[in-house]
Amino acid sequence: MKIKRLLGATAVLVLSSSLALSSLASATTIGFSQVGSESGWRSSFSESVKQEAAARKIDLKFADAQQKQENQIRAVRGFIAQRVDAIIIAPVVETGWAPVLREAKRARIPVVIVDRNVQLNDDSLFLTRIASDFTEEGRKVARWLMQKTDGNCAIVELQGTVGATAAIDRAKGFNEVLAEYPASKIIRSQTAEFTRSKGKEVMESFLKAEQGGRNICALWAHNDEMALGAIQAIKEAGLKPGQDILVVAVDGVPDYFKAMADGEANATVELDPHLGGPAFDVIAAYLSGDKSIPKYINNTGELFSQDTAAAEYQKRTNK
Amino acid sequence: MKQTQSCADSLQQARLARYSPGSIKTSARYLWPLAALMLLLAVNLVLDASFFQLSFQDGRLYGSLIDILNRSAPVALLAIGMSLVIATGGIDLSVGAVMAIAGAVCANLLLQTELPLVLVIAAGLATGIAAGLINGILVSYLKIQPIVATLLLMVAGRGVAQLINQGQIVTFQRPDFAWLGTGSWLGLPLPIWLVIGMFALSQLLLRRTALGLFIEAVGCNATASRYLGINDKAIKLFVYAFAGFCAALAGMISAADIQGSDANNAGLWLELDAILAVVIGGAVLSGGRFSLLLSVIGVLIIQSLSTTIIVSGLPAKFNLLIKALVVLLVLLLQSDKFRRQLSSWLRLRPQGAEL
Repeated sequence: MKIKRLLGATAVLVLSSSLALSSLASATTIGFSQVGSESGWRSSFSESVKQEAAARKIDLKFADAQQKQENQIRAVRGFIAQRVDAIIIAPVVETGWAPVLREAKRARIPVVIVDRNVQLNDDSLFLTRIASDFTEEGRKVARWLMQKTDGNCAIVELQGTVGATAAIDRAKGFNEVLAEYPASKIIRSQTAEFTRSKGKEVMESFLKAEQGGRNICALWAHNDEMALGAIQAIKEAGLKPGQDILVVAVDGVPDYFKAMADGEANATVELDPHLGGPAFDVIAAYLSGDKSIPKYINNTGELFSQDTAAAEYQKRTNK
Repeated sequence: MKQTQSCADSLQQARLARYSPGSIKTSARYLWPLAALMLLLAVNLVLDASFFQLSFQDGRLYGSLIDILNRSAPVALLAIGMSLVIATGGIDLSVGAVMAIAGAVCANLLLQTELPLVLVIAAGLATGIAAGLINGILVSYLKIQPIVATLLLMVAGRGVAQLINQGQIVTFQRPDFAWLGTGSWLGLPLPIWLVIGMFALSQLLLRRTALGLFIEAVGCNATASRYLGINDKAIKLFVYAFAGFCAALAGMISAADIQGSDANNAGLWLELDAILAVVIGGAVLSGGRFSLLLSVIGVLIIQSLSTTIIVSGLPAKFNLLIKALVVLLVLLLQSDKFRRQLSSWLRLRPQGAEL
């Protein structure tokens, strides 16, 4: 019995010392608190951070919060207790971060916020925020569409979930640009909750209500998934998506690139899931003494159209 | 005591319905839901004059009415299963998650194996039955309250589906499977035929055998029916397995429709729509009375409402509020007490004017 316990103790000792050694061996230890794995986009985001960390020999401590802020706060406290070199948070919600970020600051651990925003009165609580500008995404899509149609287009809009930041800001940016073109108008607008099946259902109704789709010049969807559903609805109505009705969206998921390569969709602005690289860059710069890091790093993706779609689809599926 | 009384009443009513079809009391049950449905369709006609237009395109009927029927198919299947579960005094919250699981199973089989279509469909249906059996065993043999027992699978089931899909949306290119959701036969989309088939099958099973009576008896009073020699546990097990089967079929239609399995969103909150439809159809949540036809009419009301909201062009933020108000109105109209008060109030007014 005693021997067993002794053995156990040695095992624990050996394990912990080897752990300590491994963390000593690698240059930096970074804790990453992720929202969860609720969508394909989120999964590729997590995957890219892990790959990037492995490539840079960073010891990454990954915590999946399963869509709960309390799990995130617990994870961040854990990182602080482990004395990591830096913390990356992809926050679930915008509020309630001040106390735990203050603890991190007291421990002198830099925190990088990625993807969604946080609401704080004190900007010094985090190092920087790296995110895409949803409003700019909407503007980019609208500019492309107005150029394509010479500013004369009757648009139907598939909105994201009511109240979601991405939906509100993308619509805002799109409408800003649209206001400059009086000949263009959004003729129908309804939420399809960011999902493919709802996108199909709502588009079916739009097509019926607009003379079988003959009145519609373009479809503007707040994300690719809804557009993919709507493309099916357009096809079933006997029209050609991408020609009879132009299709524009935001996100840049592989399926949408395929649709563009097949000529069924026209353009999308990529919401870059590869946030790991920029975040590690900033942390490396800070740790090596760079103090001039801006509080917001814009990571808005590029607009892709049919011209490069086939090559981009290859690139995304081979990875 | 009062409940047993009402159950006895509804049993009596059910017997009447069977042996003297068309009696005044039963037709009144159909009047209000049908009236609500007609009213909604009329509103649509006002909003869009071409609403009732049907054309023949690509070998099938095409138009808003067909869309409503087609889009109601998954919830209609759920509601058929849910009606039986609710008739035994239970409830099944897991059907939406079961839809997601069945869709995920089929999508992955289609993508990763060369199995023939029949086996893929069989595997999907078997998944649904297995999920239903788990619910049934928890409820009937382990005596866990239905709302708790099925809540487990509602939460865990979506996780299982996400695990099968490994967090991705799994898409497939199989025209034969997609036919389940987008194909058509004799001029009607296939999902509509599946609902008609399932409805006819269940109706035969329930009204041409003693099963329907047994289900109502168990729902009214499980102990009493056991003393009468009805195996109440087996009946409960059957209804949950049946609901699982219906959910799997609905899940496969949804997956076939978008040619992909989206574990996060497939069937999300549809269990609540199904329960709502059964309630609009006049079923009592404490068990006993049920009508499949009325449940399906309930589904059509909900779907027409959704279509109306989309066609109306109102801002999206009003959707849920409008839905809630209309459903409240339908439920109030069905309440005898409310109707009595309403009519007495309407009658009082002119009398008051005379004074």
